[in-house]
Amino acid sequence: MQPTLFSSVHLTVSQLTFHIRKQLEDDPTLQDVWVDGEISNLSKPASGHIYFTLKDKNASLRCVIWKLDAARLRVNLQDGMAVEVHGRITVYEPQGQYQLIVNLVQPKGEGRLYQEYMRLKSMLEAEGLFDSERKRSIPERPQTIGVVTSATGAALRDMLNTLRRRLPLARVILAASPVQGVEAPPALVNALVSLNKQNPDVILLARGGGSIEDLWAFNDERVVRAVADSKTPIICGVGHETDFTLCDFAADLRAPTPTAAAELATQTTIDDLRAQLDYYTARLTDLTSNLLAEQKAGLSALASRLKYVSPERRIQSEYQHLDELSRRAFSAMNHRIQLQASRVDGMSKRLQSLNPEGVLSRGYAIITRKDDGRVVGKVSDAGGEMKVRVSDGEFDVNRKP
Amino acid sequence: MAKTAVKKSERSIEELTYEEALVELEQIVEVLEGEQNPLEESMKLFERGQALVRQCGALLESAQLKVQKLVGDSMVGFEEDSE
Repeated sequence: MQPTLFSSVHLTVSQLTFHIRKQLEDDPTLQDVWVDGEISNLSKPASGHIYFTLKDKNASLRCVIWKLDAARLRVNLQDGMAVEVHGRITVYEPQGQYQLIVNLVQPKGEGRLYQEYMRLKSMLEAEGLFDSERKRSIPERPQTIGVVTSATGAALRDMLNTLRRRLPLARVILAASPVQGVEAPPALVNALVSLNKQNPDVILLARGGGSIEDLWAFNDERVVRAVADSKTPIICGVGHETDFTLCDFAADLRAPTPTAAAELATQTTIDDLRAQLDYYTARLTDLTSNLLAEQKAGLSALASRLKYVSPERRIQSEYQHLDELSRRAFSAMNHRIQLQASRVDGMSKRLQSLNPEGVLSRGYAIITRKDDGRVVGKVSDAGGEMKVRVSDGEFDVNRKP
Repeated sequence: MAKTAVKKSERSIEELTYEEALVELEQIVEVLEGEQNPLEESMKLFERGQALVRQCGALLESAQLKVQKLVGDSMVGFEEDSE
């Protein structure tokens, strides 16, 4: 019997609500309960708390996840998602609303699948399939890129766009395959095997995001083994950032998304190639200029030396020599002439002083015999008719006997 | 270090793939950097190098991602679905 149910006693709303709350909170089943349902009316306000309504065909339940637990969620909640939640019931008194305070969410069925995942993981890990030594490096500049994914869907489109942007020089071979459902695992294995026969430089194994069930094919043992057996290095980009499938562990490189897988496959991009080509162009240009400059300098030096020993120079030099000689000759000649001239001059003067005519002007006379023309120098020479020459003329004389 | 001879492709430059052209270009630059070559041979190498640069540039600019689909063991052209 509940003491608070006396009909004669009237309760306030608060009192009644509190009573209901206490009822619910005292029930152990309601304080540690797992509930399955579908998410709707999802709200993620800035406060960090998450609000949603969990429903099935006939009923709905208000849920809240407090900030701290919300931050720890492994799952990205979405409307329509089928989930299993764990929490406790309480009553939000101001609204008279009971609600489930959720501290754990997992996608429906995940519990079972997760166990299978863990089992397979330990088994394959023990076999060494995930060892880091097995992982090969991805070629820096692949010429042929293999892709295993669904032919429709965003993953392929995103990857092709990324590859086209980063390395249009490359060639892509698509081995299309379903990526979920029972038909997926054998088809994926087949795709990997046939693609390997074409010897690409790298293979991208990809699928867009989804629930653990959606991604389950990539946890299938057959597919994981095919990835480990691949001759060609594999980059695995399945699901979202936080999804880790067993293929991710077996692959040579794991990418958080399909687009990231395409980026990791093209470490050298067309921009890098352009830069490399620019470098070689610059090197060639530099080398050409250097070589030509060297040759020019060499030629220049040779030309100088040549000029120095050339006939032209010798000829010039000879001319100069000649000029010098002729100058000296001329000068010597001149000198001699001068000398002669002064000798002659001297002689001339002397001669001049010996000139008989000069003597005459001093009063002397020159007497010559008329008969034989002899000059009378002595008395004995005088005889017959004689001519006397004085300074200004001549006259005849006879000697007195 | 002895002068390494360039494995000069006697094929015309247009026939070379980007990889082949680039490898030859790298070799040419290496040889020229060695500086032990007679002038005439150097000039010939330069010309070949310039031609290779032009060809690589042309290949880069005209490159279009080639996408093929594997059907069994043979390749067919692939047209992306426009979504």
